[in-house]
Amino acid sequence: MSGIGVPARRLEDGPLLRGEGRFAADCNAPGQLHMRVVRSPVAFGRLLGVDAGEASTLPGVVAVWTAADVADLPPIDFRMTRIEGLAPFRQRVLAADYVRYVGDPVAVVFATDAYVAEDAADLVFCDIDELDPVLDPLADPSPFMPETQPGLLSEPAVVRKGYGDIDAAFAAAHRVVELTVRVGRHSGVPMETRGALAVHDAARDILTMHGAAKVPHYNRDAIARMLGRDRERVQLSEGHVGGGFGIRGELYPEDVLVCLAALRLRTPVKWVEDRREHLLAANHSRDQTHRLRAAVDARGFILGLDAEFFTDQGAYVRTHGGTVTDLAAGLLPGPYVIPAYRVAGHVRLTNKTPAGTYRAPGRYETTFARERLVDRIGAELGLDPIEVRRVNLIPEDAMPFHRGLDTLGTHVVHDSGRYHDLLDRTLAHVGFDDERKRAAERRSAGEAVGVGLGWFVEKSGLGPKDLVRISLAGDGRLEIVTGVASIGQGVETALAQICAETLHLPIETMRVVHGQTDRIAYGMGAFASRVTVMTGSAVQIASAGLLATARAAAATMLQAAPDALGFDGGVFASPAGASVSLQAVAAHFEASGKVLAAEGEFAADHMNYPYGIHIARVRVDRETGGVAVERFIVAYDIGRAVNPLLVEGQIAGACAQGIGGALFEEFVYDEGGQPLAASFVDYLMPTCHEVPDVETFLREDAPSPLNPLGVKGAGEGGITAVGAAIAAAIDDALGRPGLVSRLPVSPARLHALISGR
Amino acid sequence: MKPAAFAYLAPTTLGEALAMLDGVQDDGKVLAGGQSLVPAMNFRLARPATLVDLNGLSELDHVSGDSDRGVVIGALVRHAAFHAPPFEGPLAELLAKVVRDIAHYPIRQRGTFGGSLAHADPASEWCLVAATLGATMHLASVAGTRTVAAADFFRGTFTTALAPNEILVRVDLPPLPAGWRTGFYEFSRRKGDFALAMALATLQIDGGAIRAVRLGVGGVSDRPRRLETVEAFLAGKPPTPATFAEAAELARGAVAVTADIHASEAYRSDLLGTVVRRALAEAAA
Ligand SMILES: Cc1cc2nc3c(=O)[nH]c(=O)nc-3n(C[C@H](O)[C@H](O)[C@H](O)COP(=O)(O)OP(=O)(O)OC[C@H]3O[C@@H](n4cnc5c(N)ncnc54)[C@H](O)[C@@H]3O)c2cc1C
Repeated sequence: MSGIGVPARRLEDGPLLRGEGRFAADCNAPGQLHMRVVRSPVAFGRLLGVDAGEASTLPGVVAVWTAADVADLPPIDFRMTRIEGLAPFRQRVLAADYVRYVGDPVAVVFATDAYVAEDAADLVFCDIDELDPVLDPLADPSPFMPETQPGLLSEPAVVRKGYGDIDAAFAAAHRVVELTVRVGRHSGVPMETRGALAVHDAARDILTMHGAAKVPHYNRDAIARMLGRDRERVQLSEGHVGGGFGIRGELYPEDVLVCLAALRLRTPVKWVEDRREHLLAANHSRDQTHRLRAAVDARGFILGLDAEFFTDQGAYVRTHGGTVTDLAAGLLPGPYVIPAYRVAGHVRLTNKTPAGTYRAPGRYETTFARERLVDRIGAELGLDPIEVRRVNLIPEDAMPFHRGLDTLGTHVVHDSGRYHDLLDRTLAHVGFDDERKRAAERRSAGEAVGVGLGWFVEKSGLGPKDLVRISLAGDGRLEIVTGVASIGQGVETALAQICAETLHLPIETMRVVHGQTDRIAYGMGAFASRVTVMTGSAVQIASAGLLATARAAAATMLQAAPDALGFDGGVFASPAGASVSLQAVAAHFEASGKVLAAEGEFAADHMNYPYGIHIARVRVDRETGGVAVERFIVAYDIGRAVNPLLVEGQIAGACAQGIGGALFEEFVYDEGGQPLAASFVDYLMPTCHEVPDVETFLREDAPSPLNPLGVKGAGEGGITAVGAAIAAAIDDALGRPGLVSRLPVSPARLHALISGR
Repeated sequence: MKPAAFAYLAPTTLGEALAMLDGVQDDGKVLAGGQSLVPAMNFRLARPATLVDLNGLSELDHVSGDSDRGVVIGALVRHAAFHAPPFEGPLAELLAKVVRDIAHYPIRQRGTFGGSLAHADPASEWCLVAATLGATMHLASVAGTRTVAAADFFRGTFTTALAPNEILVRVDLPPLPAGWRTGFYEFSRRKGDFALAMALATLQIDGGAIRAVRLGVGGVSDRPRRLETVEAFLAGKPPTPATFAEAAELARGAVAVTADIHASEAYRSDLLGTVVRRALAEAAA
């Protein structure tokens, strides 16, 4: 039996391994049309007109739409973090008046065949009066749409937070340590690009969108609102999803267009994004510049942190609203006490692809910034950076630790943590002193090898609530209906294991339903490492409820008091020695026309805070600027691991992405705002050659008191401190503390730093 | 990323292929491994009206010869044919060393030797080999076959001496018999990526001095370059780090490097010096 803690193989792998998966592009409907988006070829300009004359006459073309055809649709609204002032910067489904980035949708073509649609899209001519693009998020704010929205500037909001007496902290400082750092523009790049098939069943008047991911219930409501339909008449259906990472599954213009077209053109409409489009059109992320000032005492204790940062939000504010900036502002202090803190996070618009969240949003960036700062404090005070961390870490007896500010609308309260303990254990586990010694020896022998460490606090289990319905059929099949989404992270297996822990049934008999809006009233979806915490807890509650119902029935069947029944291996046993299995109870229910079922709802008004440490050993080629990651360790306290195999998979995958952001991936633009990394030729994903075997050091020392399982999320902790650890390791390899202040550390940049040119 | 419409022809003999290509003239293209052409068509950077597929021409899929006599490589020979040295001696070892840096395993199963040369990517390893060793290309058309030396074959980025109605049918690499030492060094962003800079060196060392040398660089300018001036400098010198450092400086001076998003001119020039030094050092080791 695979209960909690068992490294069970994934239930969902069969169809994937056999090539039987059903991804968005695998969905087809008879008579479907193919949609192709015509995208702005320039970064910024007044859109004077769109000429679709020639395109419309191409055989096979059914319709070409421009902004005028969708003028009745509102812009795409925020799903999260609706900060005051952002609303005018939302994106319309098709650009009107202005184009604001290369890739901005200006028209859509519908044709009988995907090839014809692309041929026709090539023939659509956009008349654009080009303007100088704004590409520097640090530049003074400038007009968003100069002629049509004269008052609007490219700084929609500034997120300010803080606590404590910052002025007193700086007045008392032994020293003030300052730092400016930057994390480049990159994003989640799932193996499956986006895609959707919309089908309108006119007989029942139900519009179904296949290819949903991440947040199907929210998107159902949003699409219904935008199209002016009852939400009961819109269904979203999730198939297999080839990776989410925060970007896939948000509501984008294309989703709305596909749905609208299926209604208007009275035939199914399909759209599959190609990779080039994906890199231009799906959310970018990161791209923050931080200016930090720390007031420290002689031991390196941070008395106060004064921070200002800029998020390059790109052309519009999409569904995430101010999420990334808000999270960055709220979580920058990380694992450290920092008695006084003040931050101003500037949301800045530029003429680049709009940005949203990407795995560990706001934490990858701020962890890089904060850990670079701590390393610098060590360097300036002549202290070992590990000791500086020790001095600053929140002590165990201060848990739960109230940060004194909020993010995503909830107070930041570190629910549990044994930070010093994890540091000691990790250093011992890794053999950190030995690592340092060997690196020093190799340096003396001429190599440039170094080790670096980054500390991080993650957050997981974002509420507000989740609902689960479990039913057991008489033949032993168990169904768990959830409102959650599976983006490839092993949801089915994890939820089944949690259920098995209570019901003692084999997980192979369980079917986990997710991502189907017609199966359950609501669901918050899969993001923010929330699924195992929130849905998992709901599963636990529903399982307990089902067991209680079954126990009562079994008691009657066995003529014993419910409390007197033992339950082991899925079988109830009475003190008198009579027994009945859970399945037999379910069959008994069926025989009397009922179903053995229970619902579980779990609500949480606070997130929980897993934490960990990343350690990297790198080798630098001093002449080429190349960096090889020789060893990478992720120490992570997850509270409780439902399935260690899944957790390790999450950590290794996230770590690979972290290495991408630290060394390789970057959306580069030229002065005209043309994207130069618009294919996999130049947008460099790390491969197995660049990623070492990631070692995980999984701990369960600080279970979360906030949920019945004690679990914390696993989705993001593998990525959070990768940039920080690699930067520190490169500094160490070159014997130059504080050298790296910008990610990605491309060989060209590192070579320039090394050679001083 | 769907190609524009095209016609597809699948000849089974060279004669047939040449006639077909001659018939379609300018907007026809030859399809070999498709590892460069097909992506370019998907991006609609290439829009040939007709493809003449060479994959049925088994007559172009042979390697013969050896290190002592030189080797003849049919245009359709796949990169993967060199994963293990196909014959003995320094030439085969060099080819087997170089092939590891070309793209990735699946691409090497399809991509062809001839396709690489015809495509003439400035950072192609086979182009560097051909330019450095002084290959001879055999170009066939309905009018007959002509031979072109590597020095005249590469004309610039993606540009060669091939006429639109010609097919590169074979490449002759000159002998590199026992006694020659080889060195190859490439720097790229990731394993399998096109080189930001690479160098190939072959040396004969005798009595503590360099007796004969070939040196070439790729990925740094619009075409692979054999560096005769640096070769002349090296001849007769002791194979020491100091000599190689000087050679690297000369190489930097001899090539006007190009810039792209991964390397500025200054950086690439430094890389050029580094790869030259490392290739020479490996050959001398
Ligand atoms: C991800 C990736 C990475 C790569 N990395 C590298 C690398 O590091 N180094 C490298 O060298 N290459 C690399 N390549 C390119 C690969 O080696 C190609 O196989 C090669 O460049 C072209 O060979 P092909 O047989 O595939 O030619 P095709 O793609 O079929 O053709 C290329 C061009 O040459 C023409 N052509 C082909 N054969 C002939 C012929 N016999 N006569 C006349 N014209 C002809 C075609 O018409 C076309 O214009 C990479 C490719 C990919 C997809």
